[in-house]
Formats: sequence, structure tokens, C-alpha cells
Amino acid sequence: MSVLLAYADRWSCRPGDRIRFMVSGKGAERFDARIVRLRQPRAGRLASPFAPEPIEAPVNGSHPLRWQSIPIGSFAAVPAHPALHPEGSFALALLVWPTTPAGGRQMLAGTWCVASRTGYGLFLDEQGRLEGRIADGEEEVAARADRPLGARRWYRASLVFDRAAGSLEVRAEPLSAHGFDFDRPSSGRVEARLGPIRGPGPFLFAAAQAGPARGPSAWGGIATAFHFNGRLEAPRLVSDACSPETVAELFAEPLPARLATRLIAAWDFAAEIPSETIRDLGPHRLDGVTVNLPTRAVRGARWDGSVQDWTRDPRHYAAIHFHDDDLVDARWEPDLELEVPAQWRSGVYALHLRAGDGEFWVPFFVSPPRGTARSHTAFLAPTATYIAYLNHRSRFASLATELYHGRLLVLDRTDIVFLEHPEMGLSTYDRHRDGSGVCYSSRHRPVQNFRPTGRHWNFNLDLFIIDWLEHVDGDYDVITDEQLHQEGVDLLAPYRVIVTGSHPEYHSKEMLDALEAYLSRGGRLMYMGGNGFYWRIAHHPTRPGVIEVRRAEGGVRTWDAEPGEYYHGFTGEFGGLWRRNARPPQRLVGVGFISQGFDKCSYYRRTEAARDPRAAWMFEGVESEILGRDGILYGGAAGLEIDATDPALGTPAHALVVARSENHSNVYELVSEEVLVPHGASDATLNPAIRAEITFFETPGGGAVWSAGSIAFATALPWNGFDNDLARLTTNVLRRFRDPAPFAMPGERG
Amino acid sequence: MYRFDKTRLDLAREFKADPLGEHSPDLQYLLHLMRRPSDRPFPCLVVEEDDERWRLAFLEPGAKSPPRPTEVVFTDLREAEWYVFKLRWRELAGEELPID
Repeated sequence: MSVLLAYADRWSCRPGDRIRFMVSGKGAERFDARIVRLRQPRAGRLASPFAPEPIEAPVNGSHPLRWQSIPIGSFAAVPAHPALHPEGSFALALLVWPTTPAGGRQMLAGTWCVASRTGYGLFLDEQGRLEGRIADGEEEVAARADRPLGARRWYRASLVFDRAAGSLEVRAEPLSAHGFDFDRPSSGRVEARLGPIRGPGPFLFAAAQAGPARGPSAWGGIATAFHFNGRLEAPRLVSDACSPETVAELFAEPLPARLATRLIAAWDFAAEIPSETIRDLGPHRLDGVTVNLPTRAVRGARWDGSVQDWTRDPRHYAAIHFHDDDLVDARWEPDLELEVPAQWRSGVYALHLRAGDGEFWVPFFVSPPRGTARSHTAFLAPTATYIAYLNHRSRFASLATELYHGRLLVLDRTDIVFLEHPEMGLSTYDRHRDGSGVCYSSRHRPVQNFRPTGRHWNFNLDLFIIDWLEHVDGDYDVITDEQLHQEGVDLLAPYRVIVTGSHPEYHSKEMLDALEAYLSRGGRLMYMGGNGFYWRIAHHPTRPGVIEVRRAEGGVRTWDAEPGEYYHGFTGEFGGLWRRNARPPQRLVGVGFISQGFDKCSYYRRTEAARDPRAAWMFEGVESEILGRDGILYGGAAGLEIDATDPALGTPAHALVVARSENHSNVYELVSEEVLVPHGASDATLNPAIRAEITFFETPGGGAVWSAGSIAFATALPWNGFDNDLARLTTNVLRRFRDPAPFAMPGERG
Repeated sequence: MYRFDKTRLDLAREFKADPLGEHSPDLQYLLHLMRRPSDRPFPCLVVEEDDERWRLAFLEPGAKSPPRPTEVVFTDLREAEWYVFKLRWRELAGEELPID
């Protein structure tokens, strides 16, 4: 079986932009590439035929295929410096909170090189015991502590090489102040009469160097091994054969003068938390970098609950949490490069790749030149949400998916390739191997669930909306979340209508501000989905396409943020639901997340409000009282994740609910933030609060909002070749929203 | 505490009639029991032809390896749900479900 993987360096393009494609594969000598414009998803017999439009491009054709590995796992690195290789006695000490102490050999810190077996390093061995290892190029010595470290407990760990005494000693002192686990110091000491301890290269935290990389390197051209899971804090390196008491003094502030004169390095992980820099407060300024984005703004050994916001006192957050499955950039060499031609229309494009029996898609979006529009209508591709979901591995991990969904889990070949290649990394719906939640996601890697095939979710469901726009008249532009975050309301201003995706769930403050500003200036928004505007995110300060999610306080979530870690590391903003930031989705679009279920979709029934003259125009030509009874996905328009109005959460008082869903199954449960006291009557067969509501309201600037309130909505539009009342209703809304005639607020009507 | 009752063939008939969608409370209890995550391999479907043909397979918990395929193939997702329901019934009851 051939394997083919690829990604692009950008998703959002404009004419003149250059986009690079990175490709890797095996099982074939060459791959075929072709650019296409996507106009619908591959969705089976009931849907529009899948017919990507071939696009002439210089990258089309056959190209040599090679395998490129993915250097997964985070660490921190300090470039080589003579001071990092002390000739005499020295001590290396740090605070450590291991999360998988018995999870295999792991390196905490040092210059140890696995390939040349030189340098020094502080490790956890296979049983989780602290181990110190030094070598002079001729001889190698290891000291091992007599008992393992516990998981998720703080220790002061040290390696001391006493050249005069000819000994190597390691020691771990428990620091945890709470709990009643039996714990006591552990140590080990061996004779060590070696020549000068030399290492060939840099000093690493949370991984060991393993010689030159044979493929892509995460940093410095080196390969790495023995990645560590857990937190490290306050590493110190001194040219002194410290006693245990002196090791403790290394963490004092200020450092005692007699030790300060022997200080080589003292790294402060509390400094510059939003960055990828680690600062050394020592005399040599041995600053370094974090690699593959380990988690920062996490509780350190000093944290005592008195600080919840890391920006208030970063000293409580002086730790970095490393994971052996962190990944921010696959760092592949590019295979193809393309300049987006001026004549390409704005739209959804993809590089379609084939090699042997393997297939892969790399979608991207082409927008008009900045500040311009080629249509009155823009589809706002929810790229932030796509990124949050990229490589959602836990879907395949247990029966929980079938339990939530009420139907069997289905995989296709791309999903299976993904399972065979865990180095593709994780989504923000997953937990790391050590059980901690994944709060960062990046698009700079091959991904399994951003394609026009497979499960209909996010991108592959949004293509139903593209299909509908193509069917109406094909007059639309495509813009993206990433552009919205960067450009604000200027991106939206040229358009009369913004059409959202089916599940625009993740927004930064900048994105939400821009949408509100657009609406307050007369813009019109068609919210075409469900569970939108739910989670707050932060964008990485310097890396486009990298987001952070802190799943704080409440909400439907597959993991929850650790205590004291509710503030984004990238920005210092409070994370979690927008509802917990007093900006619930109901304020913006009238409706908000109320329930989810994936077994079967239902329909909407028209309400009395549909006859209100303010809404009657949208029902012209719509005959039935029941809307969306048939859908291409699971049988109806109302389902998957659904939204309802709630005046208490900000639905405008004049909003009209023109249709409401009913008859959902008992897989649909109230979202957790609506169930403050569990009561057992929280599924749709018992609880009338569970419904999707098609909602409309005018805004004071002459604009308006229309919300579908269901992720499945778009899948019902193409039913019967778009000859259905739901499609007629939706098209009526689009046409009226394109009309520049302002909407009047109810009170303004004569 | 809900317990499996192999005499409740009415629940099997109810599931067969409509494996997806609203179920009676007792059938929902039974499905929760059958779908409870464990450390044992669990059933899934692998697409062989889009929207046309699916193969029953088993996944190891943890998503660390590809699914292990079986010889059982379906052309209807409802049939697949019913087949797996019968597998699970047999496991719980220690005998075949006396309904085809």
C-alpha cells in the first residue's frame, strides 16, 4: 500500500502570493499533482456529483516522491558554548514534575549525545529513577537513584560530579506540600574518575541529542531521542561539587554570593512566556529556544493557588510542560511552489496528489487582493476551527465515540494512514500521551481531516455550503478566519453578506470584534451552522496558523484545563467559552449551542413568527410547514450540534424564531453548561430546551443576522438537486441580504 | 443498577426496526451498556467504497494501530448496526440472539 502525505505552508492566498507544498510518501517512485477548484464534497449518491474543476498550473504533473520523517516531541535547546562543558567539578540541578516517570528512558537536561556517548545528562531511567550519566569520550559512568520518582509530584533533582573526590551523585528531593503519598529523598552515588567531560554540541532540556538528523530536524540539524513528559523549572548549572544543602541553595533568590561566583547558567522559564525563548540569568547569557511548542504558562513548583493569572506573577508559572508528542512544524523540504495567478477566481482550491494507490488532498483558499472584493458575498472559511480539529486522534481511541454518536465509528483509508503515523500529531480535542490536554494546534504538518472526502465535518461539510453558493449563481468570494484575525473589519467591509461555515466554533477576540463591528455598520451575516462562536482562542504571536485553546471552567470538552491554567500563554487572555467571557454566541447571532447528537438528524417546523411581515419575504415560494426533513447526512437538516435562542444570554428581544426543530433522539443531551445540577431529564426526549432555531433579527445600522442553528443544515440544502423548501428559504435570505436596501429595526417602521 | 436481561427480546426487535434515532429508555440503557468503553478491541467500519460498502473491523483502544479487518462486509449501515448489536447480545447473553 502506498502512503502519501502533504501540507502547504499557507492556507490563505491572494493573487501573487506564493504557496509551497511539502510532500512525503513511500510505495511509489513518483507522485502526480494537479490543482483543482473544489465546488462540493465527495458525498455519495444523494449529493451533487463530486467534480473538482481542473485548474491549469505549472505544478501539475509528475514529480519524484521521497519520504520525509516528522521530528515530533518538544524540547528546549541552548546552542553550544564552552561554558556548558565544565572541565572540573560541576552540578546540574532543576525542579522536575514527571508525568510518565515509568514511560521509558527520558532525558531531563544536559549535553549528553546518544550517538557519540559523550557529555553529561540527567535522566529518568526505564523505572523512573533519577540517573546521572557522564562520559569523557573514553569511559562512561552512570549513577542511579535507589527509588523511582512519583508521577505529577515536584522534586528537586541534581547531578553532582566531584572531580576531586572522583564521584558522581544523583539526588531527588520531594517538594510536594500536599497529599499523603509516601515519599522520601532518593539518591545514588558511584565512583567516577574520568578525564574532561566533553560534549560535541548544545545543551538540551527534555530530550537528548542523537547525532545529525537524517531527515527533517526540529532544531539545529540534529536528531533527538529520549523525550521527556512533564514539567521542568529553574535549571541551574554551577562549577561546584555541591552538597545536598548547597543544591537547595541554588534555588534561592538571590543566589548566595559564594555560589554566584561559580554560576554557569540559571534559566528562568518564567521570562517571556508567550515567546519561544528561554532566558538565562547567568553571566554567559546562555539563552535558548523552545522547540515544537511545549506548553508554557503552566503551574510551577511555587504555585500555591494565590495566583490564577500568570501575568500577575509569572514566578508561579516558571515551569514548561514538555510532551513527546508535541508538534508545531513538520519542517519538511518543499516539493512544489506556486504563485497564485491573478486570473484565478476567489474560491476553495486544493492540490490533489496521487501516488500508487495513495491519494491526498491539500486544500487552500484564494481570496481577492487585499482591500478589494469581487462579489457582494463572501464565504468566511472557519480556518481557526479547522486548525483546532486537525488530526483528531481520540475519535479512534475507544468506544466513547460510538457512545457519544449513537452509531458505529467509520474510518476510511486516510484515517488508517493517520493511525499508522502518530507522528502527525494531535488536535486540541486530544490528550497528550501523559494525559494532559492538548492546548496548541498547528497547520504546519500533514493532516488527515482537512479534505473534500471522508467524514463530513468542518471543511468537508462546509463544501455543502460552497455547493449551494455555486448552485445559486456562483457569485461569491472566499475569505478566512486567519485573514479576519489579522485584518479585522476591513476584510469584511467590502461585502454586503458574510456566509459562515457550518461550525465556526473558535474565535479570537480580534475575530469577534471584527464581526461585531461589521454588523454594527450595516453588514449582514448568514450563520450557516451550529455551535458557533463558542470557544475563545489565541493566535501565536509570531507563527501564523498556530492557535491556543484553554478549556477552562465549562463547556462540552474532551479535557479540561488544569487548575490555575485558564489564561492563554500566547496572549495572557482568560480562555474558555466566550460565554464565560460575557460574550455568548446568542449576543452575536441570536442562538447558541444547546445540544449535540450524531445518530440521526431531524427537521424544523415553521413557527407563527414566520408569518410576521418582517420575515415573510424569506418564505416566498416556501410551501411546507416542515423544513429540512431530508438531508444527505443522517436524514435531516437539524442535528449534529444545534443552537437555540436564550434572551438571558443575549438573544436580542426583537429576534424572530421562524422555524424550530423537534423530535430529536435521546442521544441529544443538554450541553454541560446548561446543567448546573444534574437531574436526569436532560435528553431530547424529556427536555424541550433541546431544539434548533432558525432565527432572524435586524441590527441598528441597517444590517441583519440570520442563523440556521444546526451543523447539519448545509447537508440538507442539496437534497433533490436543491429543489426543496429549505434551499429556497436559504436562497431567499441570501438574495435579500445582498440587496443594499437597509433593514429597519422594528421600532423604526412606519 | 441496570442489568442485562436476555429475555427482553422486545429491545432487540426495537433496535432492529430503527437502529438510529430515538429509542425507548430501556433500549437506551442497553445500548449504553453495550457501548461502554473498555480495554478490549471494539468494532468499527472501514469504508471500502464511498457510500456503498463497509467492512467490519476491530480497533485496539488507544488509537495506536490500524483496525483489524474481518471478512464481514455491509452495503447498508443499518445492517452493520444490527450485526454488531447481535454480536454484543451474544457476548452478554452467552447465546445467540434468537432473532435474525
